[in-house]
Amino acid sequence: MRKFMFAAVAAFLSGTFALAAQAAGEQDPAPSRSWSFSGPFGTYDRAAAQRGFQVYKEVCAACHSVKYLAYRNLRDLGFSEAEVKAIAAQYEVTDGPNDDGEMFQRPAVPADRFKSPFANDKAARAANGGALPPDLSLIAKARPNGANYLHALLSGYREPPADFAVPEGLHYNPYFAGKRIAMAPPLNADAVTYADGTQASVDQMAHDVTTFLMWAAEPKLEDRHSLGFKVILFLIVLTGLFYAVKRKVWADVH
Amino acid sequence: MAFQTNNRIIKWIDYRLPVFSFAHHSLIEYPTPKNLSYWWNFGSLAGIMLVVQIVTGIVLAMHYTPHVDHAFASVEHIMRNVNYGWLIRYMHANGASMFFIVVFIHIFRGLYYGSYKSPREVLWFLGVIILLLMMATAFMGYVLPWGQMSFWGATVITNLFSAVPYVGDSIVTLLWGGFSVDNPTLNRFFSLHYLLPFVIVGVVALHLVALHQHGSGNPLGIDRKGPQDSIPFHPYYTVKDLFGLGVFFIFFAFWLFYAPNALGHPDNYIPANPLVTPAHIVPEWYFLPFYAILRAVPDKLGGVVLMFGSILILFLLPWLDTSRVRSGRFRPIFKQFFWVFVLACLALGWAGAQPPEGLPLAISRVATVYYFAYFLVILPLVGWFERPRPLPASISEPVLGAGKMAAQPAREKA
Repeated sequence: MRKFMFAAVAAFLSGTFALAAQAAGEQDPAPSRSWSFSGPFGTYDRAAAQRGFQVYKEVCAACHSVKYLAYRNLRDLGFSEAEVKAIAAQYEVTDGPNDDGEMFQRPAVPADRFKSPFANDKAARAANGGALPPDLSLIAKARPNGANYLHALLSGYREPPADFAVPEGLHYNPYFAGKRIAMAPPLNADAVTYADGTQASVDQMAHDVTTFLMWAAEPKLEDRHSLGFKVILFLIVLTGLFYAVKRKVWADVH
Repeated sequence: MAFQTNNRIIKWIDYRLPVFSFAHHSLIEYPTPKNLSYWWNFGSLAGIMLVVQIVTGIVLAMHYTPHVDHAFASVEHIMRNVNYGWLIRYMHANGASMFFIVVFIHIFRGLYYGSYKSPREVLWFLGVIILLLMMATAFMGYVLPWGQMSFWGATVITNLFSAVPYVGDSIVTLLWGGFSVDNPTLNRFFSLHYLLPFVIVGVVALHLVALHQHGSGNPLGIDRKGPQDSIPFHPYYTVKDLFGLGVFFIFFAFWLFYAPNALGHPDNYIPANPLVTPAHIVPEWYFLPFYAILRAVPDKLGGVVLMFGSILILFLLPWLDTSRVRSGRFRPIFKQFFWVFVLACLALGWAGAQPPEGLPLAISRVATVYYFAYFLVILPLVGWFERPRPLPASISEPVLGAGKMAAQPAREKA
């Protein structure tokens, strides 16, 4: 029964995703990968998420904001309080007005939101040839089949087929709607140097940053999974008791 | 058995305000047919879901900001910073879907067992009014997070009213509070989204008054002949409803904890942008059958009329169904048309999610024709020409029957 339900839901979901993908325009479906956070007991692979944060910080953050994250949230990924303070302190943020009515710059503290690379959307467009790099806080939930899609997109740049025209300023990526994307290939092998010695291949970096972005979009996933397990277990026992009582109460009616 | 107590305080209050006698009368001793199947659980489930939606909604409203510049961010604030905010919001968002699942099953049960027939017509009307109020409430609720689908769904649906002759544009301006979907729209939708659930509570109360006037129908569709056909609501149906509630909550919890976004649309995690139209604008799944009917008609006004007509036609149902037999169990011809009708509704739901072209469009047209033919042609004619199978003499007969083997032979005989 349980197996059947999972299968039914999976079928339903894949149908929904296929539908949405089809709706978004011509593109290749993103291949399915296994993720630490998928499944009913899924959790975030802390090492991958920390490496992913590094990729975001050193590569993506040049253009993309994650404005719903605060530096304090990094504690969830296993960074210590001191590490979070040190990370925040690397950024200068605008605060104020002070008692003189002036805005001033100060180092960021853990309570501050992640500093955005551009002052506003217009500035972001101006620096990116008119295209707006989307905020990445929710990107993993804002695309159908989010995690697989992000990984496929980030590692999916290649030469276009001979008969496929790609205008100047765009790049060929079969996983993007319309297959032409303004973002230049963001990941090159060894673009970052991982402290834990992991080889920074494009595939590895795409995997790590996707884990980080999934966490950014759904930071309470682990709480949800563990609470859900307890709630459902409780409900099964409770429902069993109700059934037993029901049988007993109804015994004299039938 | 009237309400009795030895507690002097309760006696004192009840003599002046008979709340205890009332509760005893309508929740405990309320005589209920002894043969209700599990299809009769969905009414109480719907009531529970209404309470779940109101309680979670009130908590959400404490943290939500109905302003175009802050709505999306305030929902993310709930998801990230409010204690258990993610739980409350996912409960509310998935709760809406659960509410509709339960209510749709409740309605199909009524259609199959003839719950709309005399003397329960007004009970049925009140149910249809609840459905309309639910749809309005759910639609406006989906707008509140101010994501892309919120914005464009609101734009598409409110624009439908412009098809009304002469006053259409004025109606749309009134709905918007301006000349496009904007902050005034969000504000009034929030206000109404908070108001309408309490209106639903009022109509539900009337629904229950009408229900208790003649009591529940039953799978045999025959009236109760005497006390041997009834059992008191408590403990028999309280415990049966609790068991059903447990099963249903497990189903609810599965979506809530393990697929909380599966019933939503990814685009609603993109903040509303009036300058970028999504490739395909689709409403929430529970509106898809009606959306399919809307798009099946090549004319805008015609589509709007049929879409609203698909629900309003339910008001005529007590007179369109000419059969005097309530339960579909004894109507061999009706039964077949009924299941095709269920299939047509599912097909409409599927077609509503597809782009309106090719096969999905053709299917939605065929299903739309069948939907209306079912009410306007099939039900009146089948009632005339069908020869129903003989009804059992009483509710107790097939239940008690002749000992252990009762159920099968009795059904065949019937």
